[in-house]
Amino acid sequence: MEYALAFLLLAAVVALVVVLPFLRTGSAEAEEDARRAELDAAKEAKYREIRDAELDYRMGKLSQEDWRAVDRELRSEAIEILRRLDRLP
Amino acid sequence: MAGIGSACLAVGLFTALYAAGASIYGAHRGRRAWVTSGRRAIYCLAGLMVAGTAILQAAFLRSDFSYALVAEGSSTDTPGFYKVTAMWATQDGSLLLWALLLSLFSAAVLFLTRRSLREIAPYATAVLGVVAAFFLVLMVGWENPFDTLAAPPMEGNGLNPLLRHPAMMIHPPLLYTGYVGFSIPFAFAVGALVTRRTGADWIRATRRFALVAWTFLGTGIMLGALWSYTELGWGGYWAWDPVENASLMPWLAGTAFLHSIMVQEKRGMLRIWNVSLVCGTFVLALIGTFLVRSGILDSIHAFGASTIGTQFLVFIGLVVAFSVALILARLPDLRSRAKLDSLLSREAFFLLNNLVLVGLCLVIMWGTFFPLISEALTGDKASVGPPWFERLTVPLAIVLVLLSGIGPVLAWRRVTLRGLRRVLVAPLALTLLALLALLGLTDASQSPPSLVMFCLVAFVLAAVGQEFWRGASARRTVTGEPWPRALVRLAGRNRRRYGGYLVHAGIAVLFLGVAASSAFHDQRDVRLAPGESFRTGDYTVTYRKPTARLGGDSAGTGAPISLGAVLDVKKGDQRFTLHPARNYYPTQDPSKGVVSRYFEGEANSEVDVRWGLKRDFWLAVRPDLASLDRPIREADRRFPGASNDVQAVVIAALTERYRSHPPPAAFRAIVSPLVLWIWIGGAIAVLGALIAVWPAPEARLRRVRSLYAARLGRELSRA
Repeated sequence: MEYALAFLLLAAVVALVVVLPFLRTGSAEAEEDARRAELDAAKEAKYREIRDAELDYRMGKLSQEDWRAVDRELRSEAIEILRRLDRLP
Repeated sequence: MAGIGSACLAVGLFTALYAAGASIYGAHRGRRAWVTSGRRAIYCLAGLMVAGTAILQAAFLRSDFSYALVAEGSSTDTPGFYKVTAMWATQDGSLLLWALLLSLFSAAVLFLTRRSLREIAPYATAVLGVVAAFFLVLMVGWENPFDTLAAPPMEGNGLNPLLRHPAMMIHPPLLYTGYVGFSIPFAFAVGALVTRRTGADWIRATRRFALVAWTFLGTGIMLGALWSYTELGWGGYWAWDPVENASLMPWLAGTAFLHSIMVQEKRGMLRIWNVSLVCGTFVLALIGTFLVRSGILDSIHAFGASTIGTQFLVFIGLVVAFSVALILARLPDLRSRAKLDSLLSREAFFLLNNLVLVGLCLVIMWGTFFPLISEALTGDKASVGPPWFERLTVPLAIVLVLLSGIGPVLAWRRVTLRGLRRVLVAPLALTLLALLALLGLTDASQSPPSLVMFCLVAFVLAAVGQEFWRGASARRTVTGEPWPRALVRLAGRNRRRYGGYLVHAGIAVLFLGVAASSAFHDQRDVRLAPGESFRTGDYTVTYRKPTARLGGDSAGTGAPISLGAVLDVKKGDQRFTLHPARNYYPTQDPSKGVVSRYFEGEANSEVDVRWGLKRDFWLAVRPDLASLDRPIREADRRFPGASNDVQAVVIAALTERYRSHPPPAAFRAIVSPLVLWIWIGGAIAVLGALIAVWPAPEARLRRVRSLYAARLGRELSRA
């Protein structure tokens, strides 16, 4: 009896929680937020790579020539991410 | 309340299955509401598992023996501290712990990624839901922790005495957190493969979870080693036991994964390798749980045979088959466009380190499963011992330590010979100095593998130290900050890099302790009467007198009887006293007499260790109870239905007899050099991992972001 009552009660609570998203209308804003969050994460990762390469250069692990090539490539990738961010409404 | 607990499991099972189904349907049909609903189901699952665990913990704390699990694994005289841990000493309880941790991890990662990875996350939710459902099916169908007894006993069996140790309080949850944690990157890797989004997005989203899992698993292994050293009474910390190996294998595979994902993030390479590694790591985590719980291999850590071994094997088989099929189906998407620029680059050394780590893993796997393989082929269950493992793993460990020193000093893409000379000169010079010092001042040359390891540890520490020094110098040239501030800010701004270096230093220190204590420890087994002495190393040990305690052992494990010894130890001017003991716990076996049941149940050693940075002095005692045999039988015969008070008086008389007429006792003494550094190294590694995993403050990120955005903007305008 205790089991059956608890089962019904808990199942009802779970059902209430999982059914709520169907009662709300989906918004385009949420989709944009998600895309923006993904691009932001990619941008931060790219910035970290730029900083890492710069630190390697300053520590003498990378020659100036190599660093400039790597830095140029990373920056162009970062700029592409910024462009995609700008294109978001 | 047991009914509510069972309901939590049953509703949890449906919830997990719903989460999987709704997420896949939503992702497949592009209906976000279903995906959100699936994610919310995982949150509900976490709530249900928390509620179920709370109900079971409350039953343990109030010693409610109507729960079969509480009667099996606890008792009224089990200290409250250990009643909490008793849940995971049992199979059903540890399954619940797995499900609890998995649901909490899943809820956390799905909450953090609710606004990102829109394509991948629903499939990851489905994978996590299926894994949770598997554990819930096991509990609902076979091993329900909320099963009740029609006739509850007055007293429970009590917690296995070997588990009454502070390290054991947290060792299993840490291991399980590690195992469970690796299900997160596995789930997202599957999501990435299904959706063909095989870039670095899923790695960025789950890297922290993988690192957290790695840290927990590593800490669990370290605490397990500490427990083995101080509780099991044999004097070692690693026995190459199947269950120990089962925890080490996913840790090694996880270590390889954490390194190789950096190559994918930086260079877009090793995609096939990374998804294969993460699938392998997750399978190894499942195997770890299976080995502990199945009883299929003989182990001091496998507590009883299991009824769910077959189910585990089937699930592991399905995971392997699904992972292999998925990776094969996505091979064209996983092929990397980038190529290795040079063999002298960080990515090349990471690849090498991966091969060594996976090689170590395979060696350990072969040795661990050899008894099963030999039984299948020959019918005899032969096993390989520690010498076999050591012969194969020591050379690989040496290479691994060498690579952990070289990797950090190399740059990505390529390093010129001139650059290599520049970064290696100082570490190599310090290594040479260390070698000369070791040869001149110590007897390290007696063990060539240890000598090599000591030199490599010096090399790693020098390389890591040089990295900190050069990084801080570079920072000081720009900022003019004083050294300490430059060091702290350097590490603070580059947590992942410098946290990782600290992990390398910690692991090197750990290997220093392992190499020294394995090659140069001195062990003596002796039998002494009070007043007698023996020598081990430079120490003279004298058995001063026996001890007998009733109703309260020194370690607080709740042992009713504790027989031990007081020994005086002398080395030159240094003198100290040790108090090893052996605790006796009553058995509930009805065939034993009312008195003998106190002496013939479980017993375990309370080792006494004099810890030191240079060496430990470890001592265990095994009292000889033969002289008490006759009086114990006599007491059983004369007081068959004695009350607890009478039993206590008789036992007090017997232990007093042991104390006043002590027979010779057996002692094991071990002098272990540098063994404490194993745990110091482990602590340094954990500190490094915490630094690496800790997110940078938001304000700092914003400042950095705006700084670079401005620079990029300037370059953009120039272009």
